Amino acid sequence: MTDLKAKLGLNVFKPLPTPHIKIRPGMERDPRLKAAMRGCPAGLYSVSETGEFVLTIDGCLECGTCRIACGSEVLEWNYPEGGTGVQFRFG
Amino acid sequence: MEKFNVIIAGAGLAGLAAAWTLAGEGVEVVVLERGDYPGSKNVSGGRIYLNPVRDLFPGLWEEAPFERAIVREGATLMARNRSVTFQYTGSELRAGQPQSYSVLRSKFDRWFSERVEERGAMLLSKTLVTDVIRENGKIAGVIAGGDELRADVVIACDGALSLIPEKAGLRAPGRAHDNAVGVKELIQLDPAVINDRFNVADGEGAAQLFVGDVTKGLFGGGFLYTNRDSISLGLVAAIEDIAREEAAGDIPALFESFKARPEIEPLIRGGKTVEYGAHVIPEGGYRALSRLYGDGILVAGDSAGFALNLGFTVRGMEYALASGYYAAKAILEAKKAGRYNAATLAVYQKFLEDSFVLKDFRTFQDTPRVLSNPHLFGHYPELAGNLLRDLYDIPAGPKSPIFTTLRQHLTLSQLWTMLKDAREVTKI
Repeated sequence: MTDLKAKLGLNVFKPLPTPHIKIRPGMERDPRLKAAMRGCPAGLYSVSETGEFVLTIDGCLECGTCRIACGSEVLEWNYPEGGTGVQFRFG
Repeated sequence: MEKFNVIIAGAGLAGLAAAWTLAGEGVEVVVLERGDYPGSKNVSGGRIYLNPVRDLFPGLWEEAPFERAIVREGATLMARNRSVTFQYTGSELRAGQPQSYSVLRSKFDRWFSERVEERGAMLLSKTLVTDVIRENGKIAGVIAGGDELRADVVIACDGALSLIPEKAGLRAPGRAHDNAVGVKELIQLDPAVINDRFNVADGEGAAQLFVGDVTKGLFGGGFLYTNRDSISLGLVAAIEDIAREEAAGDIPALFESFKARPEIEPLIRGGKTVEYGAHVIPEGGYRALSRLYGDGILVAGDSAGFALNLGFTVRGMEYALASGYYAAKAILEAKKAGRYNAATLAVYQKFLEDSFVLKDFRTFQDTPRVLSNPHLFGHYPELAGNLLRDLYDIPAGPKSPIFTTLRQHLTLSQLWTMLKDAREVTKI
């Protein structure tokens, strides 16, 4: 299995009421986000046509890489509410 | 308002070990878990070493849902177009009680949590701890699911990101320098196929680590563990290096190239991927540990930074179990004294200093630095590969003497580099 989206589709995800990770307003061009983009195992960070980093939260594995890579100046980073988000069956 | 004796944030191995020990002594303890069930937010490579913790949890292990007892160890130096593998097996790995098992944490932690509940601990799943309650400079409980829950003492077992100790002022946020990211696929395969491919019997398993071109020069490597009817295949890379080395590409792509390697592809062929997980891993060792206690709070497991990579072995689970156990022991002491302040809870640190936990972390405090030598992730795998290529090569014409081949690769400047690196290696 090589397609990332298909791979994420194998996991059990429970819907997130709100995105638990957000790029802080005004930080969308912060170069630290580049590390998050390369490091995110789910490939959820991308760059828009206008050169801003964009985060799509669906498929988040809650691994914490982006928080470690960028810090909380750049990201508002929380775990999702209890009983939501990815639920590993094997771990 | 609810008040408990002990609140444990996180039902991973550290939290469950603490709860198991406390509940066994009749202490009123509640474990808060943000996932649907314990283990549902855990990702691990998948291997536990039992010897250091066997006696801390009497009667627990007999029925434990382990996957396979590891009887074959492999270490592979991956060059770009070739690789060199060392394999080790021995009668000692098959005699008596196995020293290590592959394990799947969602299964294992869920099972462990049932044992903990049988002993009288309360488990609240789907409950996220969002903050600590501070009163008169002391941690007096947590905010969880919007409610205030109070306790004499809180044990933070909230995993590698360690957000609760950060909120409690015990540590700074985790740094890229001290953390890696691990990704893993769980690939189902028929148990008989696993036995054949890895040359093991029922119940026996193999473990293999890969270093070199798998991370394109970044600190890290690949791992493979055989489970009962699946393979845990994963890749680890330092977050600091991902940030710095653009050429290595992104993590999902690195992992896919690892899987496609001719050393790996035949091992997983025909397998069915059923899950894809990822998690941050503490890699900083002793110098990156969190403060371990404060007024009304203790820190255990990954949250404290208790994971240790020695190259040949990568360990975390037994440090989590033992630190949870010693946190419980410290609380029993504090309960006797009737005080849960930092001075009383400091006995936790002493217990850990006297145990294998902090002894190991002190012994191997330089290991993270030595292992981050970039030569290990590019230069040496290439050197070993090239040397063996030329030793095994039979050309159309006459073959050079072995010594000439050796000297071609092991030049004086090469030996000098190795000598310098070897001086560092004396520190591990």
